[in-house]
Amino acid sequence: MVGGRGLGLRTRRLYLPLGFFLVATLFPFYWMFVTSIKPNRELYNAKIMPLVVHQPTLQHYVDLLSQTNFLTWTYNTMLVAVVTTLVSLVLGTMMAYPLARLRFPGAAVIAIGVAATYLVPQPLLFIPMSDVINRLGLGNTLTAVMLTYPTLLIPFCAWLLMGYFKSVPRELEEAARIDGASRFQAMTRVVLPLCTPGLLSAGIFAFTLAQNEFLYALIFLTTSEVRTVPVGAIAELIRGDVFYWGQLMAAALLGSVPVAVVYSFFVEYYVAGLTAGSVKN
Amino acid sequence: MAVRPASLARPAPVAGRPFTLRGLLEREGVFSWLMLGPGVAFLLAFVAYPFFYGISLSLQDRPVTRPGVFVGLANFAALTHDAVFWQVTRNTFVYTIVTTILKLVGGMALALVMNQTFRGKNLARAFVLLPFIVPTVLSTIAWMWILDPTFSVVNWLLVHGGVITSGFSWLGNASLAMVSIIVVNTWRGVPFYGITLLAGLQTISPDLHEAAAIDGASARQRFVYVTLPILKPVVIIVTMFSVIFTFSDFQLVYALTNGGPANATNIFAIYAFNLGMLGGQLGLGAAVALSMLPALALLIVALTLYLRRD
Repeated sequence: MVGGRGLGLRTRRLYLPLGFFLVATLFPFYWMFVTSIKPNRELYNAKIMPLVVHQPTLQHYVDLLSQTNFLTWTYNTMLVAVVTTLVSLVLGTMMAYPLARLRFPGAAVIAIGVAATYLVPQPLLFIPMSDVINRLGLGNTLTAVMLTYPTLLIPFCAWLLMGYFKSVPRELEEAARIDGASRFQAMTRVVLPLCTPGLLSAGIFAFTLAQNEFLYALIFLTTSEVRTVPVGAIAELIRGDVFYWGQLMAAALLGSVPVAVVYSFFVEYYVAGLTAGSVKN
Repeated sequence: MAVRPASLARPAPVAGRPFTLRGLLEREGVFSWLMLGPGVAFLLAFVAYPFFYGISLSLQDRPVTRPGVFVGLANFAALTHDAVFWQVTRNTFVYTIVTTILKLVGGMALALVMNQTFRGKNLARAFVLLPFIVPTVLSTIAWMWILDPTFSVVNWLLVHGGVITSGFSWLGNASLAMVSIIVVNTWRGVPFYGITLLAGLQTISPDLHEAAAIDGASARQRFVYVTLPILKPVVIIVTMFSVIFTFSDFQLVYALTNGGPANATNIFAIYAFNLGMLGGQLGLGAAVALSMLPALALLIVALTLYLRRD
């Protein structure tokens, strides 16, 4: 189709804009990397050409891992992300299944409630939420974020999974029911296995959302030992007016690695989760 | 709808059949509510309750250390006389409107570019989405360094490219700080628009374009009369979704400028945080947060209804 029209058109329509998007997208990550392996004498010398590294060093990584609580923050971030993702997947599935496949009084109200809850942004809730968490005596504990992240993740998982559950043909479930399966068995042995891609999409998306969360972590996690990577980096690697840019960039890069790795293995599922709400069929 | 297929599979209740727990659990309504119960209870306790509690807080004078005193609409009345609040309102609208236009245009361009066939397309798509999946605060820290007053690489390129003679203070100048948060938000948001619109483009059958081309439609006409109408629902959903979360943005601005310099980039969520959390005035902070509600409620209701259309 395109082959005969010449390279000029292809360059203008594809290569140039694609090149622009790729450079614009990836430059900040390149910059993180380059900064993280530059010695300070290169970083803070405006006369040296900054785009490349002249004498690479791993010193910033060594300092980050030995002088800060970065490993603790990483552990906290992973723990919270994994726990909240699993909890949200289970509760989200339990909500999505009846909403998608059964008829019962109150279904429409709950379905609208789930969609609306999914769209309520955190900044509308964080001040009352901080008081609720304080009254529960959970200030400065990981429990506080494990309890609050699912408020963001459950509605998302439920909403996404409803679409997948609806797509399973009823006949399959009915056949199982006639063979004596209970409703719960029909769900766990027939519908859920067929919706594995949906469960993966929801899980991966929820995991990246949990890794990205900042506001609740900032409010609830006030000492170094319980912090997550984003809050730790902002609160502790930026010390007054002195910036430790090498360490900061090393932290930003290492902190992005878990998400990037999970993402690279499951890009298709991530994209499916991203676009499920807006693109039907 | 006259026949309920799910009930076909259920044994019809026989008169005199003994009541069993399993029989109860198999009833559609009972089973549904047992499944929904935990999730609904959780969302009522940690979304619905804080929401209404926030409304009640906004009507109180409530320092963080003392019990609240009901003051009616005094917090909102105070905000109407607060010059910072009006600046915050203006900033939030500027930030939301400008970034939304840029993200929509940029995302559409990205989707059209990516909708062509070329080698390495999947890899390119994976790379292009990176800004959206990497934790926002971490990538924003990289932008802080890119826009550093002394060692900005952007300034270095502009100065050495002969465009300017001395570097800009990207985050220190009021107008440039607004430009900066807009640029970073756009950088982070374009992939979301682009990939979602691309998924929408891919549902359009090539036959339609071929038919239009045979009828003599130019590439531009095909875009306007074939692509856009089919893409409209996706565009509406993506835009509304993105507007909700840009209007209430917190973390990107907190990390990059924290609302400065001198409130030039202060937006609702940041101001609510500063008053409510740092200033310890929960009532006033809640009132600022709730000032977002009219605009947000409109969008949330519209989008909820739109998503549920069939």
